[in-house]
Amino acid sequence: MSKSPTLRLHVDQDMCQGHARCKSLAPELFELDEFGNAHEIGDGTVPAGLEDKAWLAQTNCPEIAIEVTEE
Amino acid sequence: MSDPAPVMPEHPPVTDWVHDFDHTDPRWTENPFPIWDELRAECPVVHTKRFLGCYLPTTYEAVKQIAYDTEHFSSRRVIVRDVRPEATASAPPITSDPPIHKPAKQLLLPPFTPDAMKKLEPRVRAICNELIDEFIAEGKCDAAARYTKHVPVRAIAHMLGIPEKDSDHFIKWIHEILELGIKNDDVLMRAVHEMTEYFAGHIEQRKKQPTDDLISTLMNARDKDGQPLADTHVLGSLRLLLIAGIDTTWSAIGSSLWHLAKTPADRARLIAEPELMPTAVEELLRAYSPVTMAREVMRETVVSGCPVKPGNMVLLSFPAANRDPAMFPDADKVVIDRKENRHAAFGLGIHRCVGSNLARMEMTVAIEEWLKRIPDFRLDPAGQVTWSEGTVRGPRQLPVLFGKAG
Repeated sequence: MSKSPTLRLHVDQDMCQGHARCKSLAPELFELDEFGNAHEIGDGTVPAGLEDKAWLAQTNCPEIAIEVTEE
Repeated sequence: MSDPAPVMPEHPPVTDWVHDFDHTDPRWTENPFPIWDELRAECPVVHTKRFLGCYLPTTYEAVKQIAYDTEHFSSRRVIVRDVRPEATASAPPITSDPPIHKPAKQLLLPPFTPDAMKKLEPRVRAICNELIDEFIAEGKCDAAARYTKHVPVRAIAHMLGIPEKDSDHFIKWIHEILELGIKNDDVLMRAVHEMTEYFAGHIEQRKKQPTDDLISTLMNARDKDGQPLADTHVLGSLRLLLIAGIDTTWSAIGSSLWHLAKTPADRARLIAEPELMPTAVEELLRAYSPVTMAREVMRETVVSGCPVKPGNMVLLSFPAANRDPAMFPDADKVVIDRKENRHAAFGLGIHRCVGSNLARMEMTVAIEEWLKRIPDFRLDPAGQVTWSEGTVRGPRQLPVLFGKAG
């Protein structure tokens, strides 16, 4: 069986408006700054088992500010 | 002899929604959803000659394009009214355009982060229970008048550091500004004046004796040149927090309870699966988005193939966008476990509602505490549900009976 790809997240800082939907849906993957704007934790690598949460956050961001790539 | 009051236009009943819409028409107030569906099927952006000329986008795409385009659309007027007086009292940052918008908004963001809201949550839970204590023994209540109305106003008073008992003044001013003010300039100006005087008093008190509330936070803020904000800026932002923070969430909580009163299956599911609450709150926000904003067209452009011309306002209907079937499958159904939900209830782009985290927390807590104490309730057939008119939509009378039917 092939290993499923590792996901990597990135929040575009120019597009994020601080809706904080990602933080609510996937607190393991996102942090908020003092203004409430989001960024990915660490280098954005999604730990195994949290892939669904990464996609969930991506598909709920009203500003389409979250990019998810498969590595 | 004083000048006569300006003559306000009549609002004859609408017979042609595509060419003559009116968001103050009783049919829109009662049930706007079929109207938006009809308009959306006709054209993504429609126009009315009422309100001195106004466009209405009804698709998600058109609303989004306008919300993102601060070059052609200004926020200097954010309410569509019969008149457009030059000197409007500004309320930064909602009435600000770039480049002055960002610094004005950044001052307000830190007190409204999700973490800041967690600190306020216990007080809001207590407020909800204090309110329920007052009517639960009666077996019924008008949930809008006795519950949903009071939660946001007391919470924002608590944050601002002003007495929660002054709530009734705030509710009166907001009704005068957001509803009566659309058609009556005198009422609006008087309400703005009274509200400004009220806050000016609180600012003066804090100059003598600083506090650690939101009013003091604004007074202590520094602009990019290190200077304190002018009193007029502080007053404008305080007006905004009060106007934007009360009616809106009152409406969102009210619409949620209205939905739950007539949908026992959703009620039962939320009680059985409380972990669904965050998703359910987002869905209720989508389906019953309370807030319609406005823009003013500054330069000619094209939106979703429709030309828009300066001199007109735009009724920026986030509620209609959120019902667009091209964006949301089963857009007309409330699906409390909806997985994908990029709703625009708090706006899109730079004017994202500064209080969105506060509103979500208040909605969540108000629904949770209600369901804990009153798990079964239904609309009172002897009463009548009434809805607010204009910019913010929610139930203003919501008579419900407690307990199981029959």
